[in-house]
Amino acid sequence: MKRRRPSGLPDARGHFGRFGGRFVPETLMAPLIELESAYLAAKRDPKWTRRLRELSTTYAGRPTPLYFAERLTEHAGGARIYLKREDLCHTGAHKVNNVLGQGLLATRMGKKRIIAETGAGQHGVATATAAALFGLPCDVYMGAEDVERQKPNVFRMKLLGARVIPVDSGSRTLKDAVNEALRDWVTNVRTTYYCLGSAMGPHPYPMMVRDFQTVIGREARSQALRTIGRLPDAVVACVGGGSNAIGLFHAFIADRRVRLIGVEPGGRGLATGRHGASISGGAVGVLHGSMSYLLQNDDGQVTEAHSISAGLDYPGVGPEHAYYYDAGRFTFEPITDEEAVEAFSSLTRLEGLMPALESAHAVAYALRLAKTLPRTKSLLVGLSGRGDKDVHVVAKALGMTLE
Amino acid sequence: MNRIDDVFTRLRTTGERALGPYFTAGDPSLDVTRRLVIEAARRGADLIELGVPFSDPIADGPVIQRAAARALANGATLVRVLETVAAIRREASVPIALMTYYNPVLAFGLEPFAEAAIKAGVDGVIVPDLPPEEADPLAEELHPRGLSLIYMVAPTSTPARMRTIARRSRGFLYVVSLTGVTGERQELPRELADQMRELRALTTKPLCVGFGISRPDQAAQVARLADGVIVGSAIVRLCEERATSSSLVEDVGDFIADLKKPLRNG
Ligand SMILES: Cc1ncc(COP(=O)(O)O)c(C=O)c1O
Repeated sequence: MKRRRPSGLPDARGHFGRFGGRFVPETLMAPLIELESAYLAAKRDPKWTRRLRELSTTYAGRPTPLYFAERLTEHAGGARIYLKREDLCHTGAHKVNNVLGQGLLATRMGKKRIIAETGAGQHGVATATAAALFGLPCDVYMGAEDVERQKPNVFRMKLLGARVIPVDSGSRTLKDAVNEALRDWVTNVRTTYYCLGSAMGPHPYPMMVRDFQTVIGREARSQALRTIGRLPDAVVACVGGGSNAIGLFHAFIADRRVRLIGVEPGGRGLATGRHGASISGGAVGVLHGSMSYLLQNDDGQVTEAHSISAGLDYPGVGPEHAYYYDAGRFTFEPITDEEAVEAFSSLTRLEGLMPALESAHAVAYALRLAKTLPRTKSLLVGLSGRGDKDVHVVAKALGMTLE
Repeated sequence: MNRIDDVFTRLRTTGERALGPYFTAGDPSLDVTRRLVIEAARRGADLIELGVPFSDPIADGPVIQRAAARALANGATLVRVLETVAAIRREASVPIALMTYYNPVLAFGLEPFAEAAIKAGVDGVIVPDLPPEEADPLAEELHPRGLSLIYMVAPTSTPARMRTIARRSRGFLYVVSLTGVTGERQELPRELADQMRELRALTTKPLCVGFGISRPDQAAQVARLADGVIVGSAIVRLCEERATSSSLVEDVGDFIADLKKPLRNG
């Protein structure tokens, strides 16, 4: 089956239909335009793209396998479940695909310093890793609340030579870490590269981060054709800012018969208001430089997200997801904290694969969907990361304590 | 006629520079904000920037961030800020520019916002996260109603961007003096004079300089280059420190008078 090119989005101003764009202080406009040209030039430079491919293979461990989860499939008793194993990437998640690209771009642009925001610490660890690899000093902004929740990753970043700066403003989580990283960037934009962690933020980030992550879907699509013999019936991925999901979905957009399903953090349940489901439970607005769906009150104040998974605990979502949601091409489903923990346990016990709590959301929805489908159908699930970082959170959720 | 344009026309004939103090609406309360604005106008403020609090103020430093958080906790919504402007209008005719991030305006609805703002007596709107590329939808609602959309120009703006901003901005140009967020600074950036010279070559519209100006001596320095001086964090910090003092309004008024002094007959 030949793959058709997906749409030419975003447009020249970074718009995906009515979403995306650049809603930032004027100070950042020229630097964002410069970043966009630097990225487009790098993309056309065969030496640069070869170097990125080389690092993807020899450093990050690509390609990652597509694994048929036989016992999980039996357990669900329906459609066959295949896992795209991003958990096998260096640093334990798909985040490395993005930071290698952006890190290479930062060096190409002659930037002297890298900054990043992080929620769970996964993107922070990935950025600190790239900073070590490229020999650049690195500052990572992290909500003070998350610094507490994700101590092992804080320590990992420090070991990698990065400085972790706790953010005490607002809700003291990922949203506030992005605010603080943006403020740093506004101040130090001439020398500093801002390595944004998901397919969100002002143009060109949603496009650029997507491009760095589409390798997931390209690999998965041809692996599916080889191992299943045809395309999967549905592709499922968890959605925080949306980078692993857009990376996995993109190669399938033109395959009209493949359902593309983003799984949002349902937290305690949509009805409780304590969730992070920006599309299922939010409204259109502007946050962190782009127009998309976000959690907000009637006055346009951004409200806090709630999720057991720190990497999904974000009140916004990347603009391309908003676009394909409106276009009816992507659908979004919430999965609660409880369901995610249950899926974490199932995958761990049945397959010996301990997923990140983020990825466990995708697994949970896949299990639910698989049950409703016959054995002739197949589901491809993005296993975006591994769960070592989450064992203490899961222990707490299961009423156990760790020493 | 727009009150902002009137002020600059008047000041140009006298050689005076405008003082534009910034207040975060609702800090410490909307009623005190009303009294602060009226007192500021009485003590020499030529135009007021009234900040609408937002949950995620990415262009602001710690002082204004804290003020926004307090104001939100006090229930200062855009609707209530507009009511406060209407209340101020019963007592003072000082031009008022709302400084608001884009999302509260979007949530209000662009057209209803423009209607409500003009009805309340607002004169201009400054949206720090709305560059010219994204501003058409709002400008199309504001301008036909006689409300000015005031744009910011930054030290990083390219000559082409400066030209676009100079052409589009109404009322005045808000010249961001430094590469950074709002907040008090010990020294003014050295490049400011060059930045102002470049802008003067592009436009005859009034230029008001803001970000980092916190003392009368700094205001005096900027007055040599600019048509107006905007002071934010220093005033907001005073409101924070004296929030519970019975002399808050008077103290802020004294500070405004001190800032205005070097701006008279430039
Ligand atoms: C393993 C894993 N999956 C998913 C996410 C969510 O991010 P995104 O939606 O950008 O893929 C994170 C974020 O930290 C993560 O660590």
